[in-house]
Amino acid sequence: MSALSIKNLTKTYANGFLALKGIDLEVDVGGFYSLLGPNGAGKTTAIRIVCSLVEKSAGNIEVFGYNLATHPEEAKMNIGMVPQEVNFNTFDTPLNILVNQAGFYGIKRSIALQRAKKYLGELKLWDKKDDISRNLSGGMKRRLMIARALIHEPELLILDEPTAGVDIEIRRSMWKFLKDTNANGTTIILTTHYLEEAENLCRNIAIIDEGVIIENTRMIDLLKQLKQETFVLSLEDNLKKDSNLNEFSYTLIGGNQLEVLVDEDHSINDLFELLNREKIKVLSLRNKSNRLEELFMRLVHSKNDISKENS
Amino acid sequence: MTSQRKIHNVNVNLNLIAFYTIVRKEVIRVLRIWIQTIVPPAITMTLYFVIFGNLIGSRVGTMGGYSYMQFIAPGIIMMSVITNSYGNVVSSFFGAKFGGHIEEMLVSPMSNSAIILGHIAGGVLRGLLVGAMVTIIALSFTKLELKYPLITFSMVFLSSVVFSLAGFINALYARKFDDIAIIPTFVITPLTYLGGVFYSISLLPDFWQYASKFNPILYMVNAFRYGILGTSDIDIRYAYLVVCAFIVILFTLSFILLKRGVGIRD
Ligand SMILES: Nc1ncnc2c1ncn2[C@@H]1O[C@H](COP(=O)(O)OP(=O)(O)OP(=O)(O)O)[C@@H](O)[C@H]1O
Ligand SMILES: [Mg+2]
Repeated sequence: MSALSIKNLTKTYANGFLALKGIDLEVDVGGFYSLLGPNGAGKTTAIRIVCSLVEKSAGNIEVFGYNLATHPEEAKMNIGMVPQEVNFNTFDTPLNILVNQAGFYGIKRSIALQRAKKYLGELKLWDKKDDISRNLSGGMKRRLMIARALIHEPELLILDEPTAGVDIEIRRSMWKFLKDTNANGTTIILTTHYLEEAENLCRNIAIIDEGVIIENTRMIDLLKQLKQETFVLSLEDNLKKDSNLNEFSYTLIGGNQLEVLVDEDHSINDLFELLNREKIKVLSLRNKSNRLEELFMRLVHSKNDISKENS
Repeated sequence: MTSQRKIHNVNVNLNLIAFYTIVRKEVIRVLRIWIQTIVPPAITMTLYFVIFGNLIGSRVGTMGGYSYMQFIAPGIIMMSVITNSYGNVVSSFFGAKFGGHIEEMLVSPMSNSAIILGHIAGGVLRGLLVGAMVTIIALSFTKLELKYPLITFSMVFLSSVVFSLAGFINALYARKFDDIAIIPTFVITPLTYLGGVFYSISLLPDFWQYASKFNPILYMVNAFRYGILGTSDIDIRYAYLVVCAFIVILFTLSFILLKRGVGIRD
């Protein structure tokens, strides 16, 4: 049994726009998946269909074995959703929002109050519990929606760009929170435009573009596809004229910044052996760009190039 | 840990708790914004009593065997119940649509019936609360008996259900704030004024008496007045038939529209 099983999901909006062209996705119980794709790819559409907020045109969805069409109560009971846009009553207080949401899931008020305290506490919102939520900051609003999504303790948590517009510190603490939640057994799916976030958190990745899933694999396998990587080295001294680094292809910037391409025939160890041999001292080393970012751009572009050639 | 976790099953009381949650939320909303929900009808209805009951009524003499003030009081109470039940559901449900928090209900496992009934209960409670207040105001102007309490209470209750349901359907179809005022302005207000609140239809020419019988509000007002005063222009059995038929039709319609996601799901 999968936590979420999507088969041949298709969506045509009322204006005739075909947003999803038959996508398939299996999410294992306990997994941590990311759904990536450029703006307008169809991520939110897919998520909103799974959460019963958008009507599907065709296809089949099962949540922990419960068919969403025939057993909606059981399926919905096991999903918690954090939407891309704020959708709580901004005139209400965080505590009320949580307790009412719990009520919609059939949770008694006394239990709902305990849980609200727990989740508002964990997401550092307890001292805001009686504020009008309109006055919360953007990051607090996102955390409030995470607390709300967890109030019925769902087995599957779906987050649509949870860290958009959140500062670095809060983002890190949200990552930790999500990692802990996943470690406790909750299956998580999230969409993000920060590839670093996907790489950091998720064990599986699906890339969607123009309503089609173009890649669906384990994160490690995807990163393995990346055959070469560029490193930027800061050198202590300017590179000497007689240094021989020709084993690698490289470019020198400003005398002491070295950009080196490490391909699949070499390892970083090889590079450092060579640098040692040449007695070149390195002050620091970093990736030129996020590896996943490069891969993402390549996947999305190569697909677009192919479709252009075909047309 | 993981292996011990259980997939959630639906709890038998789910819909009951969900229903209660909506009702509680609605009641708190009405009381919190009492300046918008309770005060306006109190002022308007007081003006009706002063102007039509006192000033003009004293020149009208009796109607249907009662003083004009007594005659219009039940109609005015019913009018306030109708408008407030309708207004509560349409503004609360459309507000939830507009603010997006309707999604909190749509993602949850509660049934469509619980969503409808919760909002209807909210509308009924607001209607009855305002109705009770207007009754108190009326009693400061005139004496009212309560000839048939069961008829009075059942009719006011059923009528507020009808208009709460109508408000719910209006909210489903509404796309902008203007849309929630169309039905009250062009349908409910005219039908209320023509529904025998201020006059007995026996005063009308035959044709208009006949035409009035197609106005459902006439039945509600007259049955309610019958419960209080013991006088009616129509057979009150028809009144029950009309309100019950409306409830069945409007509830079914609400249910179908909600299930199809009309106005709420793309
Ligand atoms: N209600 C709607 N009616 C018509 N088209 C829509 C509707 N909602 C979304 N779309 C279209 O469907 C496509 C997919 O939108 P969606 O919101 O799913 O993208 P996304 O992958 O979540 O993008 P983003 O990263 O920008 O959030 C877009 O082209 C969008 O314009
Ligand atoms: Mg989106």
